[in-house]
Amino acid sequence: MKIAVCIKRVPDTEARVKVAGDGVSIDEAGVKFILNPYDEYALEEALQRKEQAGAGEVVVVTLGPEAAQETIRTALAMGADRGVLLKCDAIPADGLAVAKALAGELKDGGYDLVLFGKLAVDDANHAVGPMVAELLGLPCVTAVVKLELEGGTGTAERETEGGVEVVDFAQPAVLTCEKGLNTPRYPALKGIMAAKKKPIEAKPVAFEAGRYAVQSLSLPPDRKEGRIVGEGLGAVSELVRLLRTEAKVI
Amino acid sequence: MAGTLAVTEHKGGALRKVSREVVAAARQLADALGGTVDAIVVGAPGVDAAGADLGGAGADRVLVATHDSFGRYTPDGYAATIAAQAKAGGYAAVVVAATATGKDLAPRLAVLLDVPLASDVTGLAVELGTVVATRPVYAGKAIQQVALNAAPALVSIRPNSFAPGVAGHAGAVSNVNAALGAARVTVRDVRAAQQGALDVAEAPIVVSGGRGLKAPEHFKLIEDLARALGTAAVGASRAVVDAGWRPHGEQVGQTGKTVSPELYVAVGISGAIQHLAGMRTAKIIVAINKDKDAPIFKVADYGIVGDLFEIVPRLTEEIAKVRAG
Amino acid sequence: MAPRFEGVDFYDIGSLLSEEERAVRQTVRDWIEERLLPVINDCYVEGHFPTELIPEMARLGFFGANLPEEYGCAGLNNVAYGLIMQELERGDSGVRSFASVQGGLVMYPIFQFGSAEQKTHWLPRLASGELIGCFGLTEPDYGSNPGGMITTAKETKDGWVLNGAKMWITNGSTADIAIVWAKTGAIDDPTSIRGFVVPTDAPGFTAKDQKGKLSLRASDTSELVLVDVKVGRDALLPKSGGVKSPLMCLTQARYGIAWGAVGAAMACYHEAVSYGKQRVMFNKPIASFQLQQARLAQMLTEITKGQLLCLQLGRLKDKGTMTPQQVSLAKRNNVDMACEVAREARRLLGANGILVEYSAMRHMANLESVYTYEGTHDMHTLILGEEITGISAFE
Repeated sequence: MKIAVCIKRVPDTEARVKVAGDGVSIDEAGVKFILNPYDEYALEEALQRKEQAGAGEVVVVTLGPEAAQETIRTALAMGADRGVLLKCDAIPADGLAVAKALAGELKDGGYDLVLFGKLAVDDANHAVGPMVAELLGLPCVTAVVKLELEGGTGTAERETEGGVEVVDFAQPAVLTCEKGLNTPRYPALKGIMAAKKKPIEAKPVAFEAGRYAVQSLSLPPDRKEGRIVGEGLGAVSELVRLLRTEAKVI
Repeated sequence: MAGTLAVTEHKGGALRKVSREVVAAARQLADALGGTVDAIVVGAPGVDAAGADLGGAGADRVLVATHDSFGRYTPDGYAATIAAQAKAGGYAAVVVAATATGKDLAPRLAVLLDVPLASDVTGLAVELGTVVATRPVYAGKAIQQVALNAAPALVSIRPNSFAPGVAGHAGAVSNVNAALGAARVTVRDVRAAQQGALDVAEAPIVVSGGRGLKAPEHFKLIEDLARALGTAAVGASRAVVDAGWRPHGEQVGQTGKTVSPELYVAVGISGAIQHLAGMRTAKIIVAINKDKDAPIFKVADYGIVGDLFEIVPRLTEEIAKVRAG
Repeated sequence: MAPRFEGVDFYDIGSLLSEEERAVRQTVRDWIEERLLPVINDCYVEGHFPTELIPEMARLGFFGANLPEEYGCAGLNNVAYGLIMQELERGDSGVRSFASVQGGLVMYPIFQFGSAEQKTHWLPRLASGELIGCFGLTEPDYGSNPGGMITTAKETKDGWVLNGAKMWITNGSTADIAIVWAKTGAIDDPTSIRGFVVPTDAPGFTAKDQKGKLSLRASDTSELVLVDVKVGRDALLPKSGGVKSPLMCLTQARYGIAWGAVGAAMACYHEAVSYGKQRVMFNKPIASFQLQQARLAQMLTEITKGQLLCLQLGRLKDKGTMTPQQVSLAKRNNVDMACEVAREARRLLGANGILVEYSAMRHMANLESVYTYEGTHDMHTLILGEEITGISAFE
């Protein structure tokens, strides 16, 4: 089984966000970067499928700066076989630009599956996966919570507001992974040591002129200060009164 | 001529509430950019009924594309059909809802139309003829404003962010072709969610329970309160979902759903950053927790400190009375 | 509850670590946060080790991590090994004790003093957690003075017969094998001490948990009794000899403890800071009060010093120049400072600080054992005294 997993280096979700001097990006000073949590589900799925098949290759591909090599090495430590870094100074905010670059890299790879996390926790576009599929003309199922593969086909389940959709597809296919698909493994200590010897190929990447321009990044307005209405049962009537007359929500 | 295209969704033969919001957003853009609003409905034959009140939502024209295989959302077919209409119509903007379906569909449209996509948008403006979208990023910790310098400007809007459209438009219906696309995936089945359960991302009121409830059976208190409040959905913190008490679809928070209801009631939830990321944009937040130092009280508009096992049943009782009387 | 632990690193010690060392630390840190902390309070109160976590710890490579890959180990350097101990003890000293024993006191002596056959037979099984080991040195009447032990091993035509008793043995009751130190010669001759790999199911071998512990409750601590326990020739660790052999093992374990204690202190500090900022008294967070700020400043200072101490110790160990006295200095300082940090953190937490829901008092109680075992604080003081002056003040 040859599987590509597209991963992204993102700021840790616990990080406090400060806007950088340029007014359009975050201040990276002191920010810890991690492997996008949704990509972990994709990577774990790829590793399990390769293990089940008994043979194959898991390749991680990322678009990002030089520092993204560390993110690739985390994936290699979890068990991926090799990594590809599409190197650029800054990851474009435009998902379509990213998708085109990734599609160019993945096109001739002969992958049975291309896996993504359903979204990246920094810009939350949840678009690059299905865009890549459409660019490559491949079947695509998004936000997969359950996956069965059989020979050259597969069935995926995805949660929607209406319930659970059961979707059939043929391989090769693109899937984006949702929480609950599996439980990602921790990078084993031996794996961390082995990762040092696995190859990472860095390639330059170019983008078309931007048609998606971030004009500003700002912090959300603070919520108006609230109050504790009271303690215990005695406060309930007052709360109901406030919700009805002041907040007007019931 | 231009104008905007609203991509609608239907469920069980009726228009989904969020589609009225999509039309409203398309209307807002059309008013600023010039032109009319077309709403497109895609489905199996007979779906016109769902499109019937789109005029009332603010659409000037309703385009209906049907095919026998379109009874359920078919990614390739829907995308091909809508993209074909979008190209034919020469629209200045196309608006989709950022629902599970929309999040699957909009990226495909972006490629078919070769335009960038601004997704999960909470606000729209037009500056010097360019659509500028406001959207939350970094788990809601920051707000991004992006200018879309392409035609059409393609956006998906977050549910509960745009007020549903007002009446007073023609809503003339015309049929358009369905394009099948390559049919690369087949939706074989849809297993319905619990009967009548409102989705936590769409409901105007959400009542969420956390570890303070101590055991899965106690979620009955949350369900009772939600019922008393009317159109309310049940939500859950990550801890109780990870513990297996509630399904992942109910999880509110960074690795769950982001919700923007009118009213959010957090019961026995301490208010960890990951949870706040999922609900901090709710209009009114109420917190009930026995720990007065719990972080949730910092974002709550109203809070009660005390034993939820006493407070919640009483609250349910009083709300039921107030709503009945 | 305190937010997720992201480390305490006031002097950017992270930048002195290699990428792999940081990655190793992160794996253990995340595992502790997600897998150990949710169960440790119950384990501590109920008084048992979370044995269900042993397979995962083994799979991730926590046991004997600084031993070579050919034996199924991770082959990490000693700084990485120390970071593992630090993060484990950030979780609980009893859990770190388990790993210290398995790696430093069971796998290490086999690696150091064993034959090639013994190494290939036992080490992979211990690394994988298939077998659990314990280290039988301390006796009821011989703690600080291991050379005085009275456990004996008499040579027979087929092997050896062991008789004696050991006490305060971590993992004793759950171990599959015990590394037992016994005198093969005269009872007053410490040079005759040799090490033996004893299967705990051998007839005559019993292990009984010691009850009534108020410290290291999430760890199994046992008495071992050996009554005419027969073992084959291949049980002897051939390169062992004299009290130096078990002391070399203790040096390994003490090295890990110097790091581990810092982890416990970091956990207490992290909790104290978070609590101080949230807990409101007299209309402001208690972190606004000068006395609490002084506590926190002192804690951070001691932790930072301790971190730098064990980092350099690790670099010396990797260079091959580390001496047991250097380990004594670090163990003595870091455990002592951790005891104080834990106690001060407990006091800052006020009444809540006595509840198991907060970790300070659990760490505080645990660290009392860590202060006493692996060479008491006082013993290390005298080791340093002798090193400095050249004069032994032990007797």
